[in-house]
Amino acid sequence: MPKDHGIGAAQKRREDVRFLTGAGQYTDDISVYGQTYCAFLRSDVAHGTIKSIDTSDAEAMPGVLRIFTGKDFEGIGGLPCGWQVTDKHGEPMKEPGHPVLAQGKVRHVGDPFAAVIAETLEEARDAAEAIVYDIEELPAVVNMKAALEEGATKVHDDLSDNLCYDWQFGSDQTDVDKAFAEAAHITTLELVNNRLVANPMEPRVALGEYNRANDESTLYTTSQNPHVIRLLMGAFVLGIPEHKLRVVAPDVGGGFGTKIFHYAEEAFVTFASRQLNRPVKWTSTRSEAFMSDAHGRDHVTKIELALDAENNFTGLRTDTLANMGAYLSTFSSSIPTWLHGTLMAGNYKTPAIQVNVKAVFTNTVPVDAYRGAGRPEATFQLERLVDKAARELGVDPIALRRQNFIDSFPYATPVAVEYDTGDYVATMDKLEEMIDRQGFEARREESRKRGKLRGLGVNCYIEACGIAPSNLVGQLGARAGLYDAATVRVNATGSISVMVGAHSHGQGHETAFPQVVAEMLGIDESMIDIVHGDSSKIPFGMGTYGSRSLAVCGSAMVRATEKIINKAKKIASHLLEASEADIELKDGQFTVAGTDKSVAWGDVTLAAYVPHNYPLEEIEPGLEETAFYDPSNFTYPSGAYACEVEVDPETGRVEILSFAAADDFGNVVNPMIVEGQVHGGIAQGIGQAMLENCVYDENGQLLSASYMDYAMPRAEDVPFFQVDHSCATPCTHNPLGVKGCGEAGAIGSPPAVVNAVLDALNAGGMKVDHIDMPLSPHRVWKAMQG
Amino acid sequence: MTKVTMTVNGKAVSKEVSGNTLMTEFLRDALHLTGTHVGCDTSQCGACVIHVDGKSVKACTMFAAEAEGAEVVTIEGMANPDGSLSVIQQAFQDHHGLQCGFCTPGMVMTAAKLLEENPRPSEHEIRDYLEGNICRCTGYHNIVKAIMAASGQDVSGIAAE
Ligand code: FES
Ligand code: FES
Repeated sequence: MPKDHGIGAAQKRREDVRFLTGAGQYTDDISVYGQTYCAFLRSDVAHGTIKSIDTSDAEAMPGVLRIFTGKDFEGIGGLPCGWQVTDKHGEPMKEPGHPVLAQGKVRHVGDPFAAVIAETLEEARDAAEAIVYDIEELPAVVNMKAALEEGATKVHDDLSDNLCYDWQFGSDQTDVDKAFAEAAHITTLELVNNRLVANPMEPRVALGEYNRANDESTLYTTSQNPHVIRLLMGAFVLGIPEHKLRVVAPDVGGGFGTKIFHYAEEAFVTFASRQLNRPVKWTSTRSEAFMSDAHGRDHVTKIELALDAENNFTGLRTDTLANMGAYLSTFSSSIPTWLHGTLMAGNYKTPAIQVNVKAVFTNTVPVDAYRGAGRPEATFQLERLVDKAARELGVDPIALRRQNFIDSFPYATPVAVEYDTGDYVATMDKLEEMIDRQGFEARREESRKRGKLRGLGVNCYIEACGIAPSNLVGQLGARAGLYDAATVRVNATGSISVMVGAHSHGQGHETAFPQVVAEMLGIDESMIDIVHGDSSKIPFGMGTYGSRSLAVCGSAMVRATEKIINKAKKIASHLLEASEADIELKDGQFTVAGTDKSVAWGDVTLAAYVPHNYPLEEIEPGLEETAFYDPSNFTYPSGAYACEVEVDPETGRVEILSFAAADDFGNVVNPMIVEGQVHGGIAQGIGQAMLENCVYDENGQLLSASYMDYAMPRAEDVPFFQVDHSCATPCTHNPLGVKGCGEAGAIGSPPAVVNAVLDALNAGGMKVDHIDMPLSPHRVWKAMQG
Repeated sequence: MTKVTMTVNGKAVSKEVSGNTLMTEFLRDALHLTGTHVGCDTSQCGACVIHVDGKSVKACTMFAAEAEGAEVVTIEGMANPDGSLSVIQQAFQDHHGLQCGFCTPGMVMTAAKLLEENPRPSEHEIRDYLEGNICRCTGYHNIVKAIMAASGQDVSGIAAE
């Protein structure tokens, strides 16, 4: 019988009622008294020297209150990077300045260099258009290889070149060299992980409000982590003490990583509202989002696998160029390194692994974390490579994977992480059952009769969620801790508000978090509310990204609830005149073990707040506890994915016929929400594999700058998905045994799709080793022509 | 500025607008009906779909002045009179057809129009009809399933939730 409440129940989401009736409150829905509007003037060239900006005509236009340029930000901090990477020579990465408004030069299309504040949005936009400026266009550098050549145009004049860092990580060089020297077979692959735009459906918004009476600023913003923004903006950019700064991220219409980062517009509206003593609102248009939201992926990689005569993996070596764009976005430096290199072992016991990454500045929009961040790149390289190896060796790709699976846990990989638990054989077994592998050849034959090429692509993945622990990531260069926090505030009559550091932008925290607390206390979920997204209401937490909400913040919530239970038992023991050790809590009743004496949850909570009959000399009144939780390790969800496609040999058009995912997420709190997360991730992964591509021309013009040119997956581009998460090996080090599920789909699906298309072509007699994503009909058709 | 008069969710409204005020701006800024969302500037995303005189329309593609005398329904007018969720809205909740909720008003409005035109659409017909609406969160699986369920079709065979 599936549960209908508590942990494991597929409870319907309570937040849906407001979203379904138009009653959600997203940032752009907020208007405050006296608000003004902001329009940014953004560079239309990829690289240029700002010769002059004449704002005089624009200033005289109706409604215009003030125009800011880079000059107004001289002496004010720039946007900080939150992670310092040390390169292979022990040198710190190069960290160019990133001013709020460009100073001296613009470095990518979309780089803001002036901003108008006016009474209405139209007036602000009109005035922005009337600003007269002279930007002398300079040669732009877009291609990473070209950017690293001698004499290449420099993105930042004050740096010696465009190399941000040259990073190396993994096994001893001699071990890696030996594996390749002694290999019976070596498979080599060069591939591109295409640049993507995250495209949450809600564009970013920032609304700054200043209260001169108490010198307090409030920023309403579309963010995944209000406290992190408060810290970065207060301490690094504007120098406002934290207690004078409140950051609110209300309902947020999707993030997928791109709303983690601290953006110029947030600092700008906060700064400008203080200067004007008026609230300032900025709402991104979609076209603006394409050139001002951080982009994702954009790696070029050469990867090699060494195998012995029995087809065991013996060595792995990678060389990656990672595009940073023109500036370092908040967590950009950590993505190709610590979030990519450390997952390079995948699901396999390869004894020697070496990862090399060169991070490169180019005249493009900054690149940062996007759903999966680093793990999709690692998985794509590895799983494409293993498939190619299987084809070269003439062995079954699933059998080759199975043979090399890590099969005992805990397992310390050569790239520094220790997988605590997992069962890769079980997920592969489950997958094979789901996809009716036996029946595939008959399906292929049936397609062939219709003149179509059918292919089956399979891969597995491992991912690392809940990035931690703080003291380790600190050594690796993180400039923040990675714990989370929760406060459980019990009210006098027993209802509860749980204030959490995690932030919900589609993950359903308001439903799933109460399921945990309700289960622990044995009370009804409807008595529990979740408060999140407002730095003035919640404890200092780190927000939501990297599938950390339940694993990290949920664990803090469990710890705080345990403290509540401990204290409540003390109160109950007093009320029941029994020893504390004999008190049990079950179904919302405190009982004395072995007796029928009991007191209800609500009576205990009332006693805590109306302490008439209460042991005041022993315990404080009230029932409110906070816990901070700093995990001892990452969690390691894993899984196996399969995709079946049909390719039209005439046109190269690929149709996805079915898609199956068998995931191990450890324990699952709300299976309905978990499946939804996987669905969304798969669609984004299919989007990357088939459709999405962020394209620049050689001058750095962004060619895909709207939904007219950037192909977003639509309902017709995806099938119904088959999803299973029954192969659960609970995480061994957090109290819930949860691992995280938000990124899995986006990590696991791109190689499954590409492997399927290559399977179709090769089975059709065409020898094609690889096609770079997205697999447009044109690219597939060209590959088929040889 | 011109004066426009129309019925929105059954209520008569009358406001001064300028000739280039978009319907999205009119609903959101003048009427504070912020359920109609703006997700793009090229009429591609469908977050802004409303019904105007019984037709489903992207509110970002029409001027408020064009709705003079029209009967307009937005997401705020879709619940049952007692405030409970309508069949379509309830199906979206039951089948987890939304995550961040930003595309949702447009999806519900589009779905309502589809079911009016075609009370028992096939999976293919639903996917085809949703051509103008983008959802970045759900992978469409549960949206399509919710619409099938709202039309009274048995969805128990389509992957459990
Ligand atoms: S806002 Fe109307 S279609 Fe995107
Ligand atoms: S639910 Fe987020 S865009 Fe559809």
